[in-house]
Amino acid sequence: MPRIPPRYTQTFAVSILAAATALTLAVLGFIIGFVLEKGLPVVGLDFLLSNPREMGREGGIFPTLIGTVLLPLVAIVIALPLGVGTAVHLTEYTRESRATRVIRFGTDCLAGIPSIIFGLFGFIFFVSALKLGWCVLSGGLTLAIMILPTIIRTSEEAIRAVPYSYREVSYSLGATRWQTVAGVVLPNALPGIVTGVMLSIGRCIGETAAVIFTAGAALRIPRSLFDSVRTMSVHFYILAREGISSEKAYGTAAVLVIAILLINTLSYWIMHQFLAKRSR
Amino acid sequence: MAIAGRQVKAAGEKSVQWILRTVAFSAMASLLLIAVFILKEGAPFLLRVGPRNFLFFSLWDPQNGCFGVYPMVVASVWVTLGAMLVGAPFGIAGAIFLAEFVPAGVMRVIKPTIELLAGIPSVVYGFIGVMVVAPLVRDHLGGPGLSLLTASVILGVMILPTVISISTDAIMSVPNSYREGALALGATRWQSVHMVILKGARSGIMASLILAMGRAIGETMAVIMVAGNTPRLPHSVLDPVRTLTANIALEMGFATGLHRQALFATGVVLFVIIMILNAVALSVMKRSHAE
Repeated sequence: MPRIPPRYTQTFAVSILAAATALTLAVLGFIIGFVLEKGLPVVGLDFLLSNPREMGREGGIFPTLIGTVLLPLVAIVIALPLGVGTAVHLTEYTRESRATRVIRFGTDCLAGIPSIIFGLFGFIFFVSALKLGWCVLSGGLTLAIMILPTIIRTSEEAIRAVPYSYREVSYSLGATRWQTVAGVVLPNALPGIVTGVMLSIGRCIGETAAVIFTAGAALRIPRSLFDSVRTMSVHFYILAREGISSEKAYGTAAVLVIAILLINTLSYWIMHQFLAKRSR
Repeated sequence: MAIAGRQVKAAGEKSVQWILRTVAFSAMASLLLIAVFILKEGAPFLLRVGPRNFLFFSLWDPQNGCFGVYPMVVASVWVTLGAMLVGAPFGIAGAIFLAEFVPAGVMRVIKPTIELLAGIPSVVYGFIGVMVVAPLVRDHLGGPGLSLLTASVILGVMILPTVISISTDAIMSVPNSYREGALALGATRWQSVHMVILKGARSGIMASLILAMGRAIGETMAVIMVAGNTPRLPHSVLDPVRTLTANIALEMGFATGLHRQALFATGVVLFVIIMILNAVALSVMKRSHAE
């Protein structure tokens, strides 16, 4: 059997790889294109700012917009201090030890848990056991646990990227450890931490399974943290699954996708600026 | 005065240290809390029925007190394998191409773009499955359209960003000296990739696949929308199936008593599967870092 020259195998292999990559990008591009093409004609100020009528068959999505802002906000307010605190502890206050391994193991495992399990847990713990009911607070607490690993990891990376010399200068001026952390380390790690927060907000906005069982699906503007609320993702799911209105479903999906793409792009941009500044 | 100030400062430092140490265990504490509460609701049922009966009995009929999740276990396994079959080849191919055959500048644009797509909500993927993939399957291959095949395709696409992102990192972290060594021996780039570099990146790629598997088996909303949700054993890829996750989400809203306990027991099964996958992925990753 004649040997095929390696040059040809190379050309062949690389074209297959290129085709696979192109197909991947095409599929992902198609998804966004499809949703925007069908959804954007529905979206307008009126759609965004008016109340839904007849379970969402008519009208807009205003209450779900409020819910989509409120839930991630509550989640971040709870998860940010816990996550950044954990990261500060891991980087500034301790050496690698059994305790840090336990902390890291817990964080990694939590990151792999599927959202339906968070939903089940939030339902049985916050909604039932703590008797909070389906509400903004239950949903926010559940989402806070869900995003905790992301906040911890990104904050830890950001804090580690702050050059050691900054700390040395601070200590040499007589600052205590906490003064160094609060005055020097955290401000310099801020862009990285913000990136983690943005990614987490993106994840919260797109979440359905963990939200529907904890925050409920009431189509009203919540008056307090103890009111049930419906996010855009949940609204979209209900519209699409119960066949209420595919027109409104496309519109909601378009708003959802645009919001997430904006937030994620912004977070990459912040991260990029941060890294560019660091590497200089 | 100065001494008192210093003491206050020291006390403040101590309390900060103490607070941070406590806070640092929040993730672990949450994990334990989740495990305890899911187990507390699901385990009594599992023990009373017997895990073997629960897992291997193939009739799910809550109205008549029949709680066998065998069809759902089978469905979850097949849907996940199907997703890997669709997602893994494309994901790994994409990762090799991005890491080895594309200029660094292009890679730095394409990789974040693909990662961006990991942020698209699963309900949107599910909707695409219903509107686009399911009709294609129904018209060209037959069956109801909402099927094992449709779910596999959608999940396969959903796991692409995970596979590509982590595998690209793994391939890029193979030391440059390996590439240079292979090229110096007269290998083509492709030979250096498949003979040397892929061996070095093996555990990283493996880890990306296991993490993707975890994501596929845990996915709920997209699967509910496209899989058809019939709790029966599938006979072909065109049959509708119900996964473990779908089983929980579909019936949780109205389940009470024994039925609800059975759903939590389903959650226990899922939780155990995921924790095993996590542990394997973590140990593989650790090995890849050690290399």
